[in-house]
Amino acid sequence: MANKVLHAMYNDEEKLMKAAQRVVDAGVRVKDVYSPFPIHGLDPIIGVKRTRLGIASFMYGMTGTSLALLGMWYFMIYDWPMNIGGKPSFSLIQNLPAFVPVTFEFSVLCAAHGMAITYLLRNGTLPGMKAQNPDPRTTDDMFVMEITTDQNHGKSTEEIEAMLKDDDLIELSVKDYE
Amino acid sequence: MQREAAIREPLILGDKSYKDITDDVVRPITNKAPKTWYILITISGLIALYGVGCILYLIGTGIGVWGLNKTVGWAWDITNFVWWVGIGHAGTLISAVLLLFRQKWRMAINRSAEAMTIFAVIMAAVFPGIHMGRIWLAYWVFPLPNQFGSLWVNFNSPLLWDVFAISTYFSVSLVFWYIGLIPDFATIRDRMVKPLPKKIYGFLSFGWTGRAKHWTRFEEVSLVLAGIATPLVFSVHSIVSMDFATSVIPGWHTTIFPPYFVSGAVFSGFAMVLTLLLIMRKALHLENYIHVKHVEYMNIVIIVTGSIVGVAYLTELFISWYSGVEYESYAFINRFSGPYSMAYWIMMSCNVISPQLFWFKKIRTNLTITFALSIVVNIGMWFERYVIIVTSLHRDYVPSSWTWFHATSIDVGIFLGTIGIFLTLFLLFARFFPVLALNELKTILKSSGENFKNKEH
Repeated sequence: MANKVLHAMYNDEEKLMKAAQRVVDAGVRVKDVYSPFPIHGLDPIIGVKRTRLGIASFMYGMTGTSLALLGMWYFMIYDWPMNIGGKPSFSLIQNLPAFVPVTFEFSVLCAAHGMAITYLLRNGTLPGMKAQNPDPRTTDDMFVMEITTDQNHGKSTEEIEAMLKDDDLIELSVKDYE
Repeated sequence: MQREAAIREPLILGDKSYKDITDDVVRPITNKAPKTWYILITISGLIALYGVGCILYLIGTGIGVWGLNKTVGWAWDITNFVWWVGIGHAGTLISAVLLLFRQKWRMAINRSAEAMTIFAVIMAAVFPGIHMGRIWLAYWVFPLPNQFGSLWVNFNSPLLWDVFAISTYFSVSLVFWYIGLIPDFATIRDRMVKPLPKKIYGFLSFGWTGRAKHWTRFEEVSLVLAGIATPLVFSVHSIVSMDFATSVIPGWHTTIFPPYFVSGAVFSGFAMVLTLLLIMRKALHLENYIHVKHVEYMNIVIIVTGSIVGVAYLTELFISWYSGVEYESYAFINRFSGPYSMAYWIMMSCNVISPQLFWFKKIRTNLTITFALSIVVNIGMWFERYVIIVTSLHRDYVPSSWTWFHATSIDVGIFLGTIGIFLTLFLLFARFFPVLALNELKTILKSSGENFKNKEH
């Protein structure tokens, strides 16, 4: 039997959330939701976990801090110490106040860019990628819930369809997919 | 869903739906540009070309074509640099600091303010670049091994801190701006009918689809980037001020500089945002999104930062006398009564007195007066940097070397040229980019839209 994908379209995020709550309570797994803006409160309903990008960003930032300090220690203390205005040129700790700005800037640089690149890679949104939203209206004013049959083995397509049908539903499309 | 107090004025006026927001923002992109746009971009383009010509002449001849001399070794170049960086600060403040404080009115202005930031920082970066004289050796500012003919760069020097600060600031602002733009480019992509624009916006949107997980990540990235852009924006202008504050020149080496420069930067940046947005909202018919309340909020920021700047001016003056250092006090006496006193009093009246007018509600909600005052503030802030830089230098310790600084036509040409380039970039932005953050505005429609608010109560 070919797998089916159901796309239920709503014109309001609260209507979609209500419908999602209803089908999830009935034991259906919602694969994804396409919306023109972030819907607050949706993630726990459809089981989207909290992202770990913040942790990643912190680690990138710490990498930046270490690299900056290591670099400046190498350039200014170890490799070629210079006497500049009598500032201590023999110890990282004593010269540290002058190194704070660059350390901070470099940490921010690494944290921000590392996080942005990770974000784009994890999303699969990169230059030249093709858009895969089921309907062009989902970036404008429509909200689409995606349910696939291969994630819901116990239920037939007709059962899910019947569950989705209510007054709020604008459109329901059922397609084969591989 | 979030609710908002009924007494708060709505941020989106009129009977708007999600679709209307998209329509209103995408319309200027799909429609043909009005004639005024072509006229404006021709004028600013010509000024930009003139500026590029002056820059090429400067690079070909050397920085002697500026009016610098032995005593005044820094003048318009660094004045313009600090002025442009300062203008840039408003964009980051609006998008990062106001995001952390959950100020929803930022959503109507953050996109264009960030664009302004990026263009202003590009203009700022021109000046240290061409000031080097031999710009083809600009890569020497990076820590490269000394086989290149120089020692390691000096990490004790605020000028090097500036290299790191400005490049970090520019690239982080660009990334922050672009990440916000991706979903809006996707909206335009799905709207476009003609194949070529569809392809271009499709490429720019990186294949954004708006999945739930992507939006979760999007919000996390926005929040974390705002969190790290906030200290960044404060550090950048602090470091710019340390170019002066860590020196030994009377009038420069004051510890008050970092906070004073940062608030001055926000002050001038908000003025520039107002100058640009008051025109843009009319030209693109965005009066329902950027209305009097937004302008009033921005004017309040201008009063606050303008007053901080005013207090800093007076503190500086007082401390120069209180310090008992005669060189220090002379630097300030010379500022307000010496040959450049005109510039000092222009600075004082534009930056300290003029923003105080915004205490009157009639004035801060009047768009014409706001527009005029925003230009006055920007003139004042340019003079502030000029006063700090030139008046502190032109009479140094040895009276025999006391002199004047006279700007040459190249000084003027390059400054005007950067304004031309800036306006050209901004006009291109207003024509081809989503000037409002669509995805963010849609999230506040139900809590802050006029039609929704009225229905509830």
